[in-house]
Amino acid sequence: MTTSRSRRSALYGNDLACYERMVEIREFERVTNELFAAGSIRGTTHLAVGQEALAVGIASILKADDVVAATYRSHAIALALGLSPHSVLAEIMGKETGCCGGVGGSMHMCDMSVGLLPTSAIIGAGVPIATGAALAFQIQKSDRVSVALFGDGSTNIGAFHEGLNLASIWNLPVIFICDNNVYGEYSRIDITTPIEDLHMRAESYAMPHFALDGMDIHAVRKGVTEAVERARSGGGPTLIEAKTYRFSGHSRADQGLYRPEGELEKWLKRDPILVTETDLIARKEITSQKIEEMKQEAVSTIAAVIEQASHDATPKLSAMFENIYAQPKGK
Amino acid sequence: MGAMRVRQAIVQALADEMRADETVIFIGEDIAAAEGPFKTSEGILEEFGPIRVRDTPISEMGFTGAAVGAAMMGLKPVVEIMFIEFLGVALDALVTEGAKMHYLSKGELSVPMTVRASCGSGLGFGSQHSQTLENWVAATPGLKVLMPSDSQSAYSLLRAAIQDPNPVVVLEPRIIYAERGNVDTSIIAVIGKAHTRQSGSDLTIVATGQMVNIAEQAIAKSGVSADLIDLQTIVPWDRETVRASVKKTGRLIVVEESPLSGGWGSEIIADVVRNNFADLKSTPFRITTPDVPVPYAGELEAKFAPQVEDVVRQIKHSLEKPDAPKPWWIEEGVAQ
Repeated sequence: MTTSRSRRSALYGNDLACYERMVEIREFERVTNELFAAGSIRGTTHLAVGQEALAVGIASILKADDVVAATYRSHAIALALGLSPHSVLAEIMGKETGCCGGVGGSMHMCDMSVGLLPTSAIIGAGVPIATGAALAFQIQKSDRVSVALFGDGSTNIGAFHEGLNLASIWNLPVIFICDNNVYGEYSRIDITTPIEDLHMRAESYAMPHFALDGMDIHAVRKGVTEAVERARSGGGPTLIEAKTYRFSGHSRADQGLYRPEGELEKWLKRDPILVTETDLIARKEITSQKIEEMKQEAVSTIAAVIEQASHDATPKLSAMFENIYAQPKGK
Repeated sequence: MGAMRVRQAIVQALADEMRADETVIFIGEDIAAAEGPFKTSEGILEEFGPIRVRDTPISEMGFTGAAVGAAMMGLKPVVEIMFIEFLGVALDALVTEGAKMHYLSKGELSVPMTVRASCGSGLGFGSQHSQTLENWVAATPGLKVLMPSDSQSAYSLLRAAIQDPNPVVVLEPRIIYAERGNVDTSIIAVIGKAHTRQSGSDLTIVATGQMVNIAEQAIAKSGVSADLIDLQTIVPWDRETVRASVKKTGRLIVVEESPLSGGWGSEIIADVVRNNFADLKSTPFRITTPDVPVPYAGELEAKFAPQVEDVVRQIKHSLEKPDAPKPWWIEEGVAQ
């Protein structure tokens, strides 16, 4: 049986599996966008088209018992960490088979079997939470690490600065990964932020920091490995800035009309899926024919998932009243 | 059993929990080396050491959020917020993150954290350091909200809060920190269970925190035979005890140290009107602060929170007439 854990371990040391997962995420987001556009799904959604290499790169390095505090742009990281397309899509559709039982929706994914804390719809909220998880690991003398994954917009909110400060003074095993996709909601970063290289903000917290090419999974894996090794060995936190680009708008309602002419086209040439397959072909790890097969496979897999999820039951009314308070043990 | 100040009872409860459970940690501003600005952590750093007892930067958003993360990963953090007002910058971590994690994880995660905060008026701290603000956190399913009124409840509620597997806010009226009372350290409170401090037949008074003491003095002074219910848990509050008391007495007054509008006491009144309407002999009502910030000048602050003389006046009115008395500021023609 395929579990979140087995989907996760499939990525370890396997470039083809990582590529295949990126293709799956791309197809998943394409289809999700269509379902929203057609009005088949309610609420809002935040796609990560163009940011697949970062999600899969992180997932392929972390152990399954490490934890990740991520954001409402949640589908890609959830799928990368190992959640099945069915449990993610069913959650987006509000079905009881969803990873949160249908009470979460598109912005909230969770599966502790692969370390995904409930993703937050609040900018920056995951930064102190990941910091606190790392505090627990440090006190427990565990070698687990935590990751906060957040967007460029988060680097302007207080929680980011307070979390980095705490992590640094307590030397905690946490990796802060800023997914700089150039836009905070609808606003380009140069309107909201006085610096371009966001990783520089770690300077004032005396924390190691660097930027990496978030469109290149090898660069992601190399950078994340370095930071994770530092954290696991007691070397403390790191701020990584992954330079990426969001090929879609911020959310469902956003057409991205504010982009300067030519910007999207420039970034599309750095499409992480294109970059990865070019690399795999050059290294003779894969053929063009195999790539086509993988893409077709993703299309049929996701189509089957839509079919399955749309027939799943909606949550019972009683689900609304469950899991509000934890019960004391033994009661 | 021994007499101790409220702040000592808090230290004792914290120390007893930290001895019993090594996953309990304690973080906050000036709580370790300085032993707390109100001396509510005397000896804690010395006994439990700097791994479990940590001074934080002045950074409530950061360390309250960190407590949520640490709690989900198996620790039981106790967070001290020096003045409840400082929770304002950390509400997201508590209300929108901490209170939702159990829910969003289908019950897999829990957040066994305690947020302790000093609160309340009467000491001349002015409008930004004297509020009770329990109503900020009382409308969030997933949180529990407690308020002690004396040394025993300070001890018993804090132990219960730390043991509870949910985020619990304990609001400590600053003005009672120095008061002495007996403490039986074998008593751990049951969250959601009120404490009936005295029993009577003619009137039910529900109060929390320092208002319990005000109500107790007013009952003595007026000579009324009253049930005095110290709610202790504001969320989830003890409906059964209050309903049973009103069924017996037929009269209800809620005494609150929070503004007239939007207070938890309205919940009590609404519940009683709905469930005990036929039992009521007179109009149930609340005695609250006016809808104003806490004033600084001693003469003004002395009138801000419900005072003994005014509670006596309103108790007498309730016993003699079917309607509700006017608040003092209307009665005295000071404001509308």
